Amino acid sequence: MSDAVAGVLSLLALVGLLALAYRPLGDFIAGTLESPRHSRLERPLYRLAGVNPDAAQSTRSYALAVVGFSVVSLALLFLLLVLQSFLPYARGQAGMPWDMALNTAVSFVTNTNWQSYAGESTLGWTAQAAGLAVQNFVSAAVGISVAVALIRGFTRNRTDQLGNFWVDLVRVTLRVLLPIAFVGAVLLVVAGTVQSFSSDQVVDTLTGGQQTITTGPAASQEAIKELGTNGGGFYNANSAHPFENPNGFSNLLEIFLILLIPVALTRTLGTMLGNRRQGYAVLGAMTALIVTSLAITTWAEVGAHGQAAQAAGAAMEGKETRFGEWASALFATATTGTSTGAVNSAHDSFTPAGGGAVLVNMMLGEVSPGGVGAGIYGILVMAILAVFVAGLMVGRTPELLGKKIRSTEMRYVALYTLTTPALVLVGVGIAIALPSTADAMGNPGGHGFTEVVYAFTSAANNNGSAFGGITVTSTFFQLMLAGAMLLGRFVPILFVLALAGSLARQGKVPATTGTLPTHTPLFAGLLVGVILVMTGLTYFPALALGPIAEALA
Amino acid sequence: MTLSLLVRQLPTALAKLDPRHMWRNPVMFVVLVGSVLTTVLAVADPDGFTVAIAAWLWLTVLFGNLAEAVAEGRGKAQAASLRAARKDTVARRLERDGSVTEVPGTDLVVGDRVVVEAGEVIPGDGDVVEGIASVDESAITGESAPVIREAGGDRSAVTGGTTVLSDRIVVKITAAPGSTFLDTMIALVEGTSRRKTPNENALTILLSSLTIVFLLAVATLAPMADYAGAPQRTVVLVALLVCLIPTTIGALLSAIGIAGMDRLVRVNVLAMSGRAVEAAGDVGTLLLDKTGTITYGNRRATSFVAQAGVDPELLRDTARLSSLADPTPEGRSIVELALEQGAPDVPLPAGAEIVAFSATTRMSGLDLADGTVVRKGAASAVLAWLDRTSLPPSVESAVAHISADGGTPLVVAVRRPGEAGQILGVVHLKDVVKPGMAERFAELRRMGIRTVMVTGDNAITAKAIAAEAGVDDVLAEATPEEKMAFIRQEQAGGRLVAMTGDGTNDAPALAAADVGVAMSSGTSAAKEAGNMVDLDSDPTKLIDIVEIGKQLLITRGALTTFSVANDVAKYFAIIPAMLVAAYPSLEALDVMRLHSPESAILSAVIFNALVIVALIPLSLRGVAYRVATAAGLLRRNLLVYGLGGLVVPFVGIKLVDLLLSSLFGSAL
Repeated sequence: MSDAVAGVLSLLALVGLLALAYRPLGDFIAGTLESPRHSRLERPLYRLAGVNPDAAQSTRSYALAVVGFSVVSLALLFLLLVLQSFLPYARGQAGMPWDMALNTAVSFVTNTNWQSYAGESTLGWTAQAAGLAVQNFVSAAVGISVAVALIRGFTRNRTDQLGNFWVDLVRVTLRVLLPIAFVGAVLLVVAGTVQSFSSDQVVDTLTGGQQTITTGPAASQEAIKELGTNGGGFYNANSAHPFENPNGFSNLLEIFLILLIPVALTRTLGTMLGNRRQGYAVLGAMTALIVTSLAITTWAEVGAHGQAAQAAGAAMEGKETRFGEWASALFATATTGTSTGAVNSAHDSFTPAGGGAVLVNMMLGEVSPGGVGAGIYGILVMAILAVFVAGLMVGRTPELLGKKIRSTEMRYVALYTLTTPALVLVGVGIAIALPSTADAMGNPGGHGFTEVVYAFTSAANNNGSAFGGITVTSTFFQLMLAGAMLLGRFVPILFVLALAGSLARQGKVPATTGTLPTHTPLFAGLLVGVILVMTGLTYFPALALGPIAEALA
Repeated sequence: MTLSLLVRQLPTALAKLDPRHMWRNPVMFVVLVGSVLTTVLAVADPDGFTVAIAAWLWLTVLFGNLAEAVAEGRGKAQAASLRAARKDTVARRLERDGSVTEVPGTDLVVGDRVVVEAGEVIPGDGDVVEGIASVDESAITGESAPVIREAGGDRSAVTGGTTVLSDRIVVKITAAPGSTFLDTMIALVEGTSRRKTPNENALTILLSSLTIVFLLAVATLAPMADYAGAPQRTVVLVALLVCLIPTTIGALLSAIGIAGMDRLVRVNVLAMSGRAVEAAGDVGTLLLDKTGTITYGNRRATSFVAQAGVDPELLRDTARLSSLADPTPEGRSIVELALEQGAPDVPLPAGAEIVAFSATTRMSGLDLADGTVVRKGAASAVLAWLDRTSLPPSVESAVAHISADGGTPLVVAVRRPGEAGQILGVVHLKDVVKPGMAERFAELRRMGIRTVMVTGDNAITAKAIAAEAGVDDVLAEATPEEKMAFIRQEQAGGRLVAMTGDGTNDAPALAAADVGVAMSSGTSAAKEAGNMVDLDSDPTKLIDIVEIGKQLLITRGALTTFSVANDVAKYFAIIPAMLVAAYPSLEALDVMRLHSPESAILSAVIFNALVIVALIPLSLRGVAYRVATAAGLLRRNLLVYGLGGLVVPFVGIKLVDLLLSSLFGSAL
């Protein structure tokens, strides 16, 4: 079977699997989060935490709960990493240096999972399983909770209550993420991903040398790494490592897990709104963006553009031979389109156009289809922006899903859309002005510049994938990127919750023929246009100096 | 708009360069700062390019101010003519003891009573408390036909500055000098009391955030370009920034708002705030009074139904004869209908005695000289007159039919000398719906607006007229309280309500409605409660008001879209020009093939400034509004202003570049 046939077939299989899971999973999540009943497993948890699960929270207390929970998570994870040598299953690993620990703790609590460390040579299993894997679950659940709070802002009227964060958090973790991750982990083990607590194997190699082979609880972490759009690999090589992602089947499974929840959440959106077509329109916009990006990346990588690739006959540098160009391009697109950040190939080695396309996926603000939850709230904010301008053009003050978009809403939307570009541009601006940055780059010129842009884009958008090449272990980068991740996650979340509150306090405006319909292909097209124009206008100069200059050369 | 108009407003535009004024518009304020900065650079190091950029940036600011000045200028002209009406008047104050003292009009206080006689100007706003007079209100409404103002009822309000033409009235002053209707009008049309509307505020937030994004993008481009080995001059960065920030909409935003109010003034409607105009675009329910808005307000004859066996022409001619001396609108309409149907236009026979309608007989008609008696009236009254107990079957069924239709049957009978009286047939009188109303309501429905007819009629009559006019709903036998409850109910459902009213009992409903249009002929209570005043007192205008509101919002949205879409072309002009030195491959982005980097940047800046001037007429006139569904409007406007906004600047910048290179070829 040729690469192209295999590539197209796995793409079709992926689409088929997602289509099968779309309705049941999307509706299940909606039902889970709107159900008034608590399970027998959950009640003791609430009692233990001293939380009344039946009390509705106001916007303010919902936001405080999100922030409070995340701050505590951050502190615990930081301590766990710094003090890991005192914990069981430490494998003799020393505690992390403070700056790396801070960067890592921020990275996992913000669902970014940027890695400035190498898992196998830095971390013990307690830190991996009790620290990182736990955050893989709960940081994903935080994202979904915030998205659901925003949806409730649209569905609820004349109230300040957005639900109960603790209930949302617990239910998403226990009822949605845990069961799917469990099945995913079992399937990965079946595929050959390692899962053990045995100590390092030291083996003699054929050439007479010795090699240490680290195994560990990888499959269990791998499943949630993809499912929660986290992306922090058990091993440094992430999903390119044969113990994490051994073959074509596991690769397809991982891509499926990456896309599963972000895609299904558009169904959740439609179901919760009682307007399924709205969910399809959002999914349509997301699909248009990611399919275009996938087409560009695949064309660039498979077409072997560039001198070296043409000499070699294929753009295989930085790609695993067991995956090839098609599966590498697909994985790269899925992981950057969803804020996952897992990689099965080195994006640094992609052709300029291919590498540029995956960079743009993140610059879009992670909405194609974006991280779990973050994709939904991100695209809803962009929809408000689209409706604001387009709504005026139908001769009414703008409204989305029955809610007026007034100054209050626009203020939060404007601040939301400002945050990430500000973090990226200012971060890159400062970093590039420093002479030390040139030394950290793995390449000179435009490609080195792209490495810096990619690092800040990845951190501020909570993607976490690395372009590679660049060395980010200096305290400067550890702190700058930690700051970008932290602010890039929680500042937008606070604006989203404030927005949700202000929407929920409004009454509902009934739809008439004079109302701009937002569930149509026309609006989905407009939404795509707005996202592209906003991204283009913000990042065009940076892109011109990096991937565009390179690709045109 | 002519060039001379622009030139005339130039001094005002220059005066608006005051930073305290500019600060209110963040986008243009950034341009102002850029202009100052580039001017400093041009002075420090005067090369042609820097000087040209600085000059065009100043022009950009100036053009924005010019747009605002021109928009305001139209109101100022109107304010001047209104001021002429506010000339100092001498008021004849009526003292408690009945004596009259002459005081300056400006010394009046609320509660004073003044006497105004024919030929005198009413010194202030008030209510007529004594007498009746015809008043010339042309100073305010532009309408030369005099109106009647009388004590008591809904026609008691008079406006300061209008002239009494006949008779004598006593007016109780209700507004202190300086806050009269005329003062309010002057302030409104001048725009001195103009505040940003809610939607303008929201849009300003969006534009400011875009400005900040571009500020960051341009500021960080400096170190990025340094790294790339193509350090940028500050003047170029400022030029890029000004081109990217949404100057087009930023410059025209306030002009659009002022022009929207002005368009209302042109149809003789005064909006007390821009907020009301915006709300008009959002209106979901229109409450329309039946009488005068939907129907002519008088019942009119629409057909003659002759009794079986009676010559229809006889009925027609007799009905005409009986109405010849009838001065009521109903009577006149019978004469008109008869003539339309071919009745001979013969005058009233000599010696005929006119019998007017009276409440006891409930009939009117003529007693002719030959003894023939002609009567028309309600069926029961005619039966009583004829001493009969029942109508002939064919007439009976016609009467029943007309009543069920909401009309009024008028039975016509004649009694010749020596004969028994004969019922000839029935005249069908009905409330006639104005032509074209059904079509307008259908249009409103397509715009997503529900029309509700409000009437004091009973439910049957109301339903019949509603069905004919094609309104969506009826509020029959409506009391002011019911009207109010209805408004509250619509608003609770999230719909904005617009209504008109003139009476004091309309005031609470006018105040509650999102768009309350008070008739200028109405009471001062109504005028105070509403947020718009219609100087023509034409309730149909509500529909125009809604369209003007929509047009205002569409213009704002269209120019925002256009402004943002323009940026794409500007990037393609400027970015390659800036960075081609570092990366020659970027030349491929220069799709316009511009003459040189300098001319590329200058062309973008010049286009950016000129497009403001080019769009001033559109911002004043407003984007053409066509009735269509929201989806249809969006598709059309996106195509014109979105796609147009993408394409136009590519052409425009190229043209400016061609002109520049042909003029200064070697220097650039």
